Amino acid sequence: MYKKLIMKNNKNNLSRPDKHGYYGEFGGAYIPEMLFPNVEELQKKYKKITGENSFKKELSLLLKDFAGRPTPLFHAERLSKEFNTNIYLKREDLCHTGAHKINNTIGQVLLAERLGKKRIIAETGAGQHGVATATVCALRGLECIVFMGAKDIERQAPNVARMKMLGATVIPALSGSQTLKDATNEAIRDWINHPHNTHYIIGSVVGPHPYPDMVARFQSIISKEIRQQLLKETGDRCPSHVIACVGGGSNAAGAFYHFIEEKKVKLIAVEAAGMGLTSGKTAATTQLGTTGILHGSKSLLMQTADGQVTEPHSISAGLDYPGIGPLHANLFKQGRVLFKNATDEEALQAAFHLAKTEGIIPALETAHAFAVLKDISFKKNDRVVICLSGRGDKDLATYMTYL
Amino acid sequence: MNQLEKQFKIKKENLLNIYCTAGYPQLDSTAEVMLALEQHGADMVEIGMPYADPIADGPVIQESNMVALDNGMNLPLLFKQLESVKDRMTIPVILMGYLNPVLQYGIEQFCADASHAGVSGIILPDLPMYQFEKHYKQLFKKNGLSFIFLITPETSEHRIRMADKLSTGFLYAVSASATTGNAVDITSQKRYFEKLKKLQLQNPVMIGFGINNQERFHNACRYAAGAIIGSAYIKMLGTQVPVGDGTKAFISCIKGELPLAC
Ligand SMILES: Cc1ncc(COP(=O)(O)O)c(C=O)c1O
Repeated sequence: MYKKLIMKNNKNNLSRPDKHGYYGEFGGAYIPEMLFPNVEELQKKYKKITGENSFKKELSLLLKDFAGRPTPLFHAERLSKEFNTNIYLKREDLCHTGAHKINNTIGQVLLAERLGKKRIIAETGAGQHGVATATVCALRGLECIVFMGAKDIERQAPNVARMKMLGATVIPALSGSQTLKDATNEAIRDWINHPHNTHYIIGSVVGPHPYPDMVARFQSIISKEIRQQLLKETGDRCPSHVIACVGGGSNAAGAFYHFIEEKKVKLIAVEAAGMGLTSGKTAATTQLGTTGILHGSKSLLMQTADGQVTEPHSISAGLDYPGIGPLHANLFKQGRVLFKNATDEEALQAAFHLAKTEGIIPALETAHAFAVLKDISFKKNDRVVICLSGRGDKDLATYMTYL
Repeated sequence: MNQLEKQFKIKKENLLNIYCTAGYPQLDSTAEVMLALEQHGADMVEIGMPYADPIADGPVIQESNMVALDNGMNLPLLFKQLESVKDRMTIPVILMGYLNPVLQYGIEQFCADASHAGVSGIILPDLPMYQFEKHYKQLFKKNGLSFIFLITPETSEHRIRMADKLSTGFLYAVSASATTGNAVDITSQKRYFEKLKKLQLQNPVMIGFGINNQERFHNACRYAAGAIIGSAYIKMLGTQVPVGDGTKAFISCIKGELPLAC
């Protein structure tokens, strides 16, 4: 009876992968042999190391004193009034470096140190993950190399400057579409060529097992805090809705994590529709993607019938990715998370609207989460939490052209 | 026993395996390249199935993949090209590529069509061993296809034995943990290759990655049945010399039949 219960629980648990790293049919580790020793080392050690008391202590101290956690859960009154409901903003934009990305980089740097790695590599799209990685490497005195698509280097200049000031080396990815996908390819190649001293900090819930699970766990602090904060504020730990934007899916994974098994909480992910779902210039993976393999895991991805990955488009560099993490692919397939999308235009409008109504300039990525508010009907008593994944300083150049 | 396995029975040393991306430099180059390699003394050919995100490959092969894709290469077309030369090829043909295009094509159809087109071995570096064993081993066997796994200097003995058990044809020993074309000095890996020799593996070993001249080829052949050359040959093809002449000179050079330092 007891055994049966455990089996049932395992089977039904949507937030964690099985021992091979599969969420349903998605996940796994599709990697060339050259990567195997490093990935296997992580697979074998990540749970043990991150479960140690000394690790947990050091992590929570850095999250508190360096990253500035817990981040506030802000009751957005004017926005609530407008949509005739209760809207709460989880203020990841107030994290040090301006986005949720640092939750993961602090965790992974502490892990890398315990694995004896002295050289850190990362890929970045918007530059937020690159900045977060460079920041924590500077703090700990580690060498840091960030791969960034040549196109993204152009459109996210302030973040490139920040990384350099923090002592990181930024290497342009010149292959393919010169965006996040290609930066990730280059980071993987670098790891193949540096098998001994290097740890690769992937910036989202993508990549071979154990990355999707590891990154989701480091980001799960977001929903852990939401639960505590909401309980304190409203007497109920569960919101009615959680809304988050999805590139690879790390802020969404973090904001959803502790609510995935709470079936009454509606989880809504927002992808970038770019210029529109049928425009050919989009990044709405669940709407247009099919099952395939990219960057070491099986997931949904936008590709041709020949299995070549198609170039995504989004106004926001951080959502400009042709895939989605395997956790999300499964949540989509199982119907646990509702996937919506917002166009470049809608995201821009939402960003300007949030700035004027609540005094917060969001990142372009984050603005996508706000853009779908108008399409959802809320009840007066609903408690809607939006993951405000990052601030918009890095996007000012884009915003300025619309002022 | 397929053609690849037979080749290793006939010839036990100094085997030269040359890689070229299908559809490079021109869409129709595939057949011409294969025939030139056959005519001028390669012992087997490895044809790359172009993929836009080849994470195990260095710049030269990446570029050849992009050119081939721009030329319009894809699997249906490749199988047609392979079939057109099948009767003129006596040396074994191996297909190398990444898993995703194969999955989209349909792996059962892929095996059937490859076999029909005269292919005798498959290399898919991102297909994990346990997945292969669980889902695909029988399928490849049924179609008479060898499946070749990669090992590196970092691969544990336990895993080398596993790769050896699952592989047929040969075992692909990558000369260093590196992407393709990254030059390494084979002699610096002497201990690794000597260790491999001592393991008494069931499959012959072919050494690849970074082999770009006569000296490296011969060094590799001291420790293994032969060696695999990719980036250096692609680079030569990229210089626009006629495929036949270029291939002839390239192979003579590698084998040391020409007194040139090349
Ligand atoms: C502020 C912000 N939000 C969201 C994302 C998208 O990433 P993810 O889906 O992993 O949260 C990024 C990526 O750069 C980002 O900078």
